[in-house]
Amino acid sequence: MMRSLWISKTGMDAMQMNVDVTSHNLANVSTNGFKRERAVFEDLLYQNLRQPGGSTSQQTQLPTGLQLGTGVRTVATVKNFGQGNLQSTDGPLDLAIQGEGFFQVALPDGSTAYTRDGSFQVDNQGNVVTASGNALQPALQVPTGTTKVTVGSDGTVTAIVNNNAAAPTTLGTIQLATFINPPGLSSIGGNLLLETAASGAPTVGTPGTNGLGAINQGFVETSNVNVTEELINMIQAQRAFEINSRAITTSDQMLQKLSSL
Amino acid sequence: MDRLLYVTMTGAKQAELRQATVSHNLANATTTGFRAELAAFRAVPVVGGSGLPTRAFVVEQSIGADLRSGPLQQTGNDLDVAIVDAGWIAVQTASGEAYTRNGGLKIDASGLMKNSSGQILQGESGPLTVPENTRVTVAQDGTVSGIALDNPSQRVEIGKIKLVNPPSGELEKGSDGLFRLRSGQSAPVDANVKLVSGAVEGSNVNTVDELVAMISTQRHYDLQIKLMQTADQNSRSATQILSLNG
Repeated sequence: MMRSLWISKTGMDAMQMNVDVTSHNLANVSTNGFKRERAVFEDLLYQNLRQPGGSTSQQTQLPTGLQLGTGVRTVATVKNFGQGNLQSTDGPLDLAIQGEGFFQVALPDGSTAYTRDGSFQVDNQGNVVTASGNALQPALQVPTGTTKVTVGSDGTVTAIVNNNAAAPTTLGTIQLATFINPPGLSSIGGNLLLETAASGAPTVGTPGTNGLGAINQGFVETSNVNVTEELINMIQAQRAFEINSRAITTSDQMLQKLSSL
Repeated sequence: MDRLLYVTMTGAKQAELRQATVSHNLANATTTGFRAELAAFRAVPVVGGSGLPTRAFVVEQSIGADLRSGPLQQTGNDLDVAIVDAGWIAVQTASGEAYTRNGGLKIDASGLMKNSSGQILQGESGPLTVPENTRVTVAQDGTVSGIALDNPSQRVEIGKIKLVNPPSGELEKGSDGLFRLRSGQSAPVDANVKLVSGAVEGSNVNTVDELVAMISTQRHYDLQIKLMQTADQNSRSATQILSLNG
């Protein structure tokens, strides 16, 4: 049947994917630590129906051939790890990373996940956990009788226990991880990312050193989604979708004409 | 049989091929760095036999790609680069050096710089490898340098992206959508090609042109179908006359 029907179909698929990605970004416009994604497209293979340079006679050659493209496909969704806004919350365990790095959290199966969402809380055992209950790595425990927790920009956590303001207790240090290729991390939902072969192994270090970002207590990092950009993307994708569906209608009408012969 | 029928059949067939090219361009209306395909019909007169050539068949052919610049889309990503005006970014493929306008760069797990389709970027002296903990910046002339995050005063030289600008007549699009020199050689470095970073170049498909081309191809096709009907009517009438006289 007509090639153009299938080619336009790939176009509609790609544009639908574009709207999907845009909707996901817009849905996460106020998710802490969310990093926006962008769909990347590439043209599909070309069919050489007539090779340029083919002989038309013993003396002459075709100056140009006939090369037909076969459409478009989505190759990747690339995460943009640009810094989100820091929003002041005054929560003692609301931590935002200003710069590179990820918090490490333990998953129930024992593996480590990475996140930029630093709105931590304390569970019934005194462990510092994320909003979904995954414990911060290296583990940090807040003892009973703690009145004030302070997190330094280098990740040092101190607390005033039993009103002993003269000698604050050091609870531990928060460490951050970086990757050579952060867009290669795989998202598993819940604001969590997992290490992959593409991201490379994590390098763990003290915040504020070796290029790692500093920790800001009392702030959370908001989503880095730019609503205007997403809306423009959505308009573009919608119109491109319509035009591709128009191409399908045209091909259909041509076939209709043919069958009415 | 009537020759008209075969001439119009070829016309309709080639119009279908044209519609494929138009659909391909429209499907790639948002593909980063895509260059629109150009197509043209060519007349092939039927010479031979006795008498004058009275008929000309039509043949669809690709005459290359539209090499005008596409719109710049600001992405704010340091690793996204776009070429200003003319020029190409060199990438490595299994069949040698190829050229693209797709400047969405990324760094893989081993630090190798690739474009968003996964082709390894060609530097002026081999592939570009970024050391760990480095923030990469791409300068206007393609120089890739980094700042070591653990020692911000130290600048890391990574290399220079190979930017070329061969005459457009020497370029042809391969079946993978990348451009290569017809001669099979590598193009020389052109120091005048300029990059901007933080943006990618969109597709240069003009949707207005393509929609109009789509409508005109459709009408062209309809016309061929109409002529087929005429050929059909002619031969019906001829049969009728024969049957009356027979």
